[in-house]
Amino acid sequence: MSLKQVTTPLTDEAVAELRAGDRVLISGYIYAARDAAHKRLYELLQKGEELPFDIEGAVVYYVGPTPPKPGQVIGSAGPTTSGRMDPYTPALIRVGLKGMIGKGLRSQAVKDAMKEHGAVYFAAVGGAGALIAKSIVESEVVAYEDLGAEAIRRLRVENFPVVVVNDRYGGDLYEEGRARYRLAEE
Amino acid sequence: MREIDVARVAEAVARLCEEASMDLGEDAFAALERALEQEESPVGKDVIGQLIENARLARKEWVPMCQDTGVAVVLVDVGQDVHVVGGSLEEAINAGVRKGYQEGYLRKSVVGDPFERKNTGDNTPAVIHYRVVPGDRLRITVLPKGAGSENMSALKMLTPADGLEGVMDFVVDVVDEAGSNPCPPIIVGVGVGGTMDQAALLAKRALARPVGQPHRRPEIAGVEEKLLQRINRLGIGPQGLGGRVTALAVHMEVYPTHIACLPVAVNLQCHAARHKEAVL
Repeated sequence: MSLKQVTTPLTDEAVAELRAGDRVLISGYIYAARDAAHKRLYELLQKGEELPFDIEGAVVYYVGPTPPKPGQVIGSAGPTTSGRMDPYTPALIRVGLKGMIGKGLRSQAVKDAMKEHGAVYFAAVGGAGALIAKSIVESEVVAYEDLGAEAIRRLRVENFPVVVVNDRYGGDLYEEGRARYRLAEE
Repeated sequence: MREIDVARVAEAVARLCEEASMDLGEDAFAALERALEQEESPVGKDVIGQLIENARLARKEWVPMCQDTGVAVVLVDVGQDVHVVGGSLEEAINAGVRKGYQEGYLRKSVVGDPFERKNTGDNTPAVIHYRVVPGDRLRITVLPKGAGSENMSALKMLTPADGLEGVMDFVVDVVDEAGSNPCPPIIVGVGVGGTMDQAALLAKRALARPVGQPHRRPEIAGVEEKLLQRINRLGIGPQGLGGRVTALAVHMEVYPTHIACLPVAVNLQCHAARHKEAVL
């Protein structure tokens, strides 16, 4: 298990280097987007319209932060369950999305799209929202302000800690990790 | 008849909403520290270490430990010799939730209609469960419930022939299928008996117990221990990344039931076993 550093936007070469189980520190810009925002992005793609941010090499973070206290860049900001974004994700990967940060299982369709187009799924620690917020140094709403906690935000992150769960080669840490530690019934 | 003004209720609920979100109980801390010792997976150890650091940071900086500050589940034990004065008890509880979520900078996650899904903007209404008990006190427990773990919960109406084995298999299957989604290490609330609604409420109430406190009846405590061992053989581990500690504790509550019934409800709770209590 190695500790790697990556900078966004992600290139194909950077994605190719990442393997399930790698611990990674992400720096650069990532985009906070969750359920309602994904629905809107998907609808734009269906209509063949422009997305409100550059998707090429982009990394999205499934998060709905708490409101910041005065003086805070962002409130608590841990990952939300990724599976709810599964219906919209393959379409985003097809147009250039290279990375996703969340928690929990992905559908086969998402994993297939990741293999085909070269993308990576990272897990951040669910429930560690106060700690994760420390690696977010800037936050700016770039679209859908009306969605409140679900608006799309551009976040500048420094050494944002994640683990690679699904790599572009079909590696799956949820399956491999569980198999490694599973014990037979007594 | 002892009188309690609704303003006091609202104040207490507001404070409990904040405290529950920022200040992880010593019981949950201790359970995490035990888990850190037990965990063999390096990634798992790293995760638990981050959860402990996160909880310390949340308490110190008075920020929510998790961004999902939940729906406010409020358990109220109303002493039968208490007279609530000055307004409606239910409105006071909701006023407290409104104030606590606003002043604590907690995320408002409640939508007013499950189909229209428009945010109510103040995290009300709370989900409130009342119980009338002897005495002249009002005991209020606020248990903010996040959706990641709540969504992985399940209920099944077993038949009496399924027995204890059937109950245990169902609980283990629910946790196995949930995998990484409910943010393990989890606390597993189990309600057995009553009717379907009663079983679900028992499971929720089980989560309000101090983490890892065994049931007062030794035979139930034995089942809890067996379930914990079986769950921790699944290999799911912290955050589902593989490891020994999938659950910190299993809490079971039981209730008499019908000759033809064996309802079992499983309510999952992430490591942020948030619950705070006040007695007025």
